[in-house]
Amino acid sequence: MSGVGLDKPGAEPADGDGAPGGAPDGAPGQPMVRSEGVCKSFGRLDVLKGIDLEVMPGEVMCVIGPSGSGKSTFLRCINHLEKINAGRLWVNGHLVGYRERGGKLHELRESEVAAQRRDIGMVFQRFNLFPHMTALENVMEAPVQVRRIPRAKAREAAGALLERVGLGDKARSYPSQLSGGQQQRVAIARALAMEPALMLFDEPTSALDPELVGEVLEVMKQLAVDGMTMIVVTHEMGFAREVGDSLVFMDGGVVVEKGRPREVLANPQHQRTQDFLSKVL
Amino acid sequence: MTVTDEKPRAGRPEEIRAVPVRHWGRWVAAVIIAYIAVWAIYSVVNNPNFGWDVIGQNFTITAVMTGIGKTLELTAIAMVMGVVGGVLLAIMRLSPNPLISGSAWLYIWAFRGTPVLVQILLWAFIKALVPQLSIGIPFGPTFAHFDANTLITPFVAGCLGLGLNEAAYMSEIVRAGILSVDQGQAEAASALGMSRAKTMRRIVLPQAMRVIIPPTGNETISMLKTSSLVSVIAVPELLYSVQIIYGRTYQTIPLLLLASIWYLIMTSILTVGQFYLERYFGRGTAQRQTMLERLWSNLRARRTVRRTAVEGREP
Ligand SMILES: Nc1ncnc2c1ncn2[C@@H]1O[C@H](COP(=O)(O)OP(=O)(O)OP(=O)(O)O)[C@@H](O)[C@H]1O
Ligand SMILES: [Mg+2]
Repeated sequence: MSGVGLDKPGAEPADGDGAPGGAPDGAPGQPMVRSEGVCKSFGRLDVLKGIDLEVMPGEVMCVIGPSGSGKSTFLRCINHLEKINAGRLWVNGHLVGYRERGGKLHELRESEVAAQRRDIGMVFQRFNLFPHMTALENVMEAPVQVRRIPRAKAREAAGALLERVGLGDKARSYPSQLSGGQQQRVAIARALAMEPALMLFDEPTSALDPELVGEVLEVMKQLAVDGMTMIVVTHEMGFAREVGDSLVFMDGGVVVEKGRPREVLANPQHQRTQDFLSKVL
Repeated sequence: MTVTDEKPRAGRPEEIRAVPVRHWGRWVAAVIIAYIAVWAIYSVVNNPNFGWDVIGQNFTITAVMTGIGKTLELTAIAMVMGVVGGVLLAIMRLSPNPLISGSAWLYIWAFRGTPVLVQILLWAFIKALVPQLSIGIPFGPTFAHFDANTLITPFVAGCLGLGLNEAAYMSEIVRAGILSVDQGQAEAASALGMSRAKTMRRIVLPQAMRVIIPPTGNETISMLKTSSLVSVIAVPELLYSVQIIYGRTYQTIPLLLLASIWYLIMTSILTVGQFYLERYFGRGTAQRQTMLERLWSNLRARRTVRRTAVEGREP
C-alpha cells in the first residue's frame, strides 16, 4: 500500500528545513521515517534530547535501552501521540503533526493528524484490544469506521488477517477469552487492517508469559519477510539479531549507538552499550 | 529435612467427607424472626385501619391506572432528559476548552445545589418570571412568540424540573464512567486514526456503560419515586390521583398504602430490568447469573462432582 507521500514523486522542495543531504519531500528512495534533533520533555524532565535517525522503507529497526531511556516516548512521537518540543520528524516525507509554510510551523487539525496516523500501525505492550468487541470486530472497527469500507468486505478482510496471524478459529472470541499471545496477535491484525506503511511495536512481548513470546515474534518475523517497515522496541535480542536490519541503543534520551544488530551485539563500541548488554545478555 | 521413601499412591486419594460445621445460631435466629413475621402479618391483616377492602376495591380503578401511566411517563421522559443531558454535560466537562467545561460546571453547580422541589415550583410559576417566550436571536429579531402559560403546562414543568435536575446528577455518573476506561483504549483508537468524537462513541462510552448502568438503574428507581413530588403542582400522577380520591372520601391511609404497593411493584420490575441491562453491557467480562441460573449451574456442578467421585477417577 502506498503511504501518504509516495503518490506525488519529486514535488515540493523542502522549503527552508535545511535537511543535510535529505531527499526532497515525497521523492522515491526517501526514508520512511526521518528524525532530526527530536526533543521531548515532560515539564522539566527532558526525555528525548535530540534524536537523529533514519528508517528506510522495508527496514526493520530494533530499539533497545534501559527503562526510562525514552524508547516508548520516541515511538509515540512518531505518530504524534506526543507533541515534540524541538527538531523535525517526517514520516513518508511528511512532517508529523505540522505543516511548514513560510518558514513557520502550523499545527495540523485533528482530522489531519488522524489521517496521518492511518498509515502508521501501532502495537502496544498491554495490547489495548477493545474488550467489548470480538476479535473480528476489533480488526474490522477501524476499516469500517475510519476508511468507510462496507461491513461485508471489511469482515472478509478481517477474517483473512486473523488467519494470517494464526487465529482464524478465534474470530468470535472476546479478548478476555484469549491468551496474552493470542491477544497480541489480534492487536497486530487490527493494526494491519488499516494497511499501514509503517508499524511501530512497543515491547510487544514483554507482558507475555515466556512460552507465548515465540508465537508473537513468529508473526512479526513473517511481517518483516513480507517487506513491512518496522520499528520494534524490544528486549528480545534473538529477534533483533535474526530479523533486525539495524539496532539502536538508546540511553538517557539520546541514541548512543546504531549499527547492524550482529555487530552491535557482538562488539559494542560504547561503554554504556557494553554495560547494558552485559546486564541483559 | 526428612527423607520419605513411600511409594506414590495408586490413583486418587480418598475423597474428603467431613461433617460440616453446624450453625446453631442461625436456627435460633430463624425461629425468632419467623415468629415476629407471623405476628406482624397477623396484626396488619386484622387491623381494620389498614382498610384492605378499600385497597382491594380501588386497586385498579381508572384514576389509579391513569395515575400510574403518568408516573411512568414522567419517569421515562425525565430519565431520557437526564441521560442525554448527563452525557452531554460529562463530555463538556472533560473538554479541553475551558469555556465549555466551565459552563458545564456552572450548570451542575446550580442544579445540584438547589432542591428539586424548588426547581419544580419555579418551572411551574415560570410565567411570573418570563410571561412571554420567544424564539429568535438574543437582542435581534424574533421568529415566534409563546405564552409561557400555554407552553409550560404543569406536566411540562414537572418534566423540566425532574429532567434538568437529573441531568446534573447523571453527568457525574457518566463522567466517572468515562474516567474509569483505561487510557490505553483511547490511545489505541487514536493510533488507528479514529477521531475524538468517534473514539468516545465507539470505544469509550460503550465501556463506560458498565460503570454507568448500575447507578443509572438506581437513579431510575429513585426517579420513579421522586416523580411524586410533582403532585405539588397538580400533575395527575399516581400520588396526586390517590390524593384526589382521599380528599373526597377521607380514606387517607388505605389509599396511601395502595399507592405504596404500586410503587413497590414498579420498582421491583425495574430492578429485574436493571439486572439484564447490566449483564448486556458487561459482555466480554465475567458473566453474572440470575439466582435461578446460579441454582441450576450449582446443581449441575454438584451432579458431575458426584459422578466423578463414583467413578473414582477423572476421564
Ligand atoms: N506522560 C508523561 N508525563 C510525564 N512523564 C512521562 C510521561 N511519559 C513518560 N514520562 C517519563 O519519561 C521517561 C521516559 O519514558 P519512556 O516510557 O519513554 O521510557 P522507556 O524507554 O520506554 O522505558 P521502559 O523500558 O520502562 O518502557 C520516564 O522517566 C517517564 O517517567
Ligand atoms: Mg516503554
